[in-house]
Amino acid sequence: MAEAYCELVIEGSIDASSSIHLENSLEQVILEGNSVLLINMSGLTYISSAGLGAFISKLDIINQRDIQMIFFQLSPAVASVFEILGLGDLLDIVADKETAIGKIK
Amino acid sequence: MYQKFNLKISFFIALLSWGLYAFSDLYFIQYGQDEINPLVADLLPNIFVSTFILSVLNYYRSRIRKAESLNFANLLWRIFVTGLITTLIALLIQLIFYLFTDHPMIKQPMLINFLYHILVALVVIYMISTFVVWKRLILYQKSKRLLQLWNFFEYGLFGGLIILGVFRDLNDQFLYFLVIVFTILSFFLAFNLKWIAYLSFGQKLKSILLILLSGIYLFNFYLGLSQFSTHGSLQIDLLDSLLIIQLFIFLFIYPAITVLVILFNLPTSSVVERKLKEAVEFQRLSNLVATPESEGATYRHLIESAMNAVLAEAAWIERKEEDNAHSFILRGVTVDEVQMIKQSLSTGYVNKVMFMRAHGEEQIKSYFSFLQGRYQSAMALPIFLENRQVAALVLLHGVKDAFNLDLVNIVTTYINQISAALLNARLLRKTIQNERYQEQLKIAKLVQKRLLPDELAHHASFDIVGLSKPTEEVGGDYYDGVQLTDDKYGIFIADVSGKGTSAAFNMAQMKGVFHSLTQLNLSPTDFIIKANEALGKCLEKSSFITAAYHVIDVTSRTIEFVRAGHCRALQYTSKDQKAQFLEGKGLGLGILRNKTYDNYVHAQTIDYCSGDILVLYTDGIIEATNDFGVAFGEEGLRNSLINYVGMSPKEIMKGIMDELYEFTSHKMVEDDYSAVVIKF
Repeated sequence: MAEAYCELVIEGSIDASSSIHLENSLEQVILEGNSVLLINMSGLTYISSAGLGAFISKLDIINQRDIQMIFFQLSPAVASVFEILGLGDLLDIVADKETAIGKIK
Repeated sequence: MYQKFNLKISFFIALLSWGLYAFSDLYFIQYGQDEINPLVADLLPNIFVSTFILSVLNYYRSRIRKAESLNFANLLWRIFVTGLITTLIALLIQLIFYLFTDHPMIKQPMLINFLYHILVALVVIYMISTFVVWKRLILYQKSKRLLQLWNFFEYGLFGGLIILGVFRDLNDQFLYFLVIVFTILSFFLAFNLKWIAYLSFGQKLKSILLILLSGIYLFNFYLGLSQFSTHGSLQIDLLDSLLIIQLFIFLFIYPAITVLVILFNLPTSSVVERKLKEAVEFQRLSNLVATPESEGATYRHLIESAMNAVLAEAAWIERKEEDNAHSFILRGVTVDEVQMIKQSLSTGYVNKVMFMRAHGEEQIKSYFSFLQGRYQSAMALPIFLENRQVAALVLLHGVKDAFNLDLVNIVTTYINQISAALLNARLLRKTIQNERYQEQLKIAKLVQKRLLPDELAHHASFDIVGLSKPTEEVGGDYYDGVQLTDDKYGIFIADVSGKGTSAAFNMAQMKGVFHSLTQLNLSPTDFIIKANEALGKCLEKSSFITAAYHVIDVTSRTIEFVRAGHCRALQYTSKDQKAQFLEGKGLGLGILRNKTYDNYVHAQTIDYCSGDILVLYTDGIIEATNDFGVAFGEEGLRNSLINYVGMSPKEIMKGIMDELYEFTSHKMVEDDYSAVVIKF
């Protein structure tokens, strides 16, 4: 069970309108009962505050269900957005997928 | 005005001409031809007859206007009435003749001629008025060539009348030739009968009757004239003029052909009538597109038009309104009957339409269905709006197989018109609604503008300006500045996640929280922790606010601040003439809504000197991109600040904004953007 995870691949840019899709996808993988979510950010070029809201709105339920959410392979631009907002300390953010898998408890 | 004058003058000249004609004729009879030049004796009455005929023609030409209105039966009725009156008078004259046939008075040439003069007047009036009516009918929907031909015919006829009246002894052969030419011409003209197509069945029957009667009048007049003619004691015989005969021929030919054509047209007239009605209905429905009425009224127009066009005995429209409620428009059926008919059909396109399940692109086998009971056949057509069936039109008839595809086509064109009208009306309503929303947004914009401070609290040791521009009518950026104590000032900047109205509501909440907490004179750390607590209870789960709170102490010349996930402030120090971004950790407000948030709050304190500058801003500025997708960035901001460090905060703000607009080529910045410039 240790290495069982669900990988969510995000591509393109996320603004107010596309954030709904992200929110729905997150909702779905959480309801499916996955205990480990790996968020593949390699294809994400831009994320607006509304897009970040999609992740933030799920933080509560992720904590409650003790789900491990690990972000990996953020582009420098996206990483700086996460960093400025203070998410760097709050979330698990790693360089690549191997590191992410290695962090799975 | 002119027409009235013309009528009066014509009438007067006609009366005068006839009087002179009668008088001169009688005068010459009384005093014999011996004493007067026979040529003059012959000529004068003839000239007066001619002017009489021409003035009567002129009178009726202005009296009987063009047949533009489709009221042809009225024109024929006019002939009938004129004919009736003139014939009655003529019969009276004939009666006198018969009654006193052996009386010596009757043998008097004076009397005979006078009665003849009266008859001539009646004949001319009847013939000319009839002639003008035929002219109007022949020239209905005329072509240019037809008009030329008619003018040739008319001028030839009347020109000839005058000339031949004056010069009576022309070659007989030439006259016969003229008669033949004009008879052929009469035939040719007589086949211009377009007006018949516009008569209804009833009007056609009436027309035949009226035309036959007019023919009888004409024949009677001819008999009357020839009776006098054979009597032999006439000074001037109208029938001597071959062109009067010619006029008679024309007036016989045209009605004869007309009657025949109408007779042959009778069987098809119901079809023509219906086609005409279709066109009129179509026109009526087209008007609806231009002047939208309520949906109910529009559907009522449709049901009337469709029933008229296909001669249905009953019909209903079931429609789904915008709130999905169903309503009926019934003609000749009850709701119970409608339900029974709907229940009786279980399959087929008609059933599909009745139950509003039709969709735009499907193969349609039949629009018709047999029924049991009062109505034996049904035809059903759907009405679509934006690809959804919104109504069903069902037409009913008591006879089996009463409908056909041709009728479907007609009703479909009506429905297309109706759909356009409905769509138009809907768009209009939407436009009005949109305008109302726009108005509301304008108000929201004004209100939000008032939520931002006109002027920020300042002190002798620092000057401060702020600016905020939402990308839509309203936005989620907020800044403010208040005096906390004698020497402390709180400066705040915040950016609500998202854009538009939802962000604007949260911005208003932020303002409330800010002004509540500044009352308490809290340290930046406590301020941010309390703000997070308060906002955590009122923000939506997916919303958060990045903010930064700075407390300026003008006595110790320090700035203590906490950055809660907000863009890093830009500080310019005059001592080393460098601008740098203030590092430091911090988490946005509303991201963590419990006590653990406190661990992410880190306060810092910096010193400032006179000439230093602090720039607070929201990410709209550094994330603004140019045409190549490159962002203005922190570097862009820093570089532009350096250019204006010697200036006042107002000028610095203007300078930075000018450079930002130049960078983005003045296109709209995609996010709300705000900035506060403080110069010490």
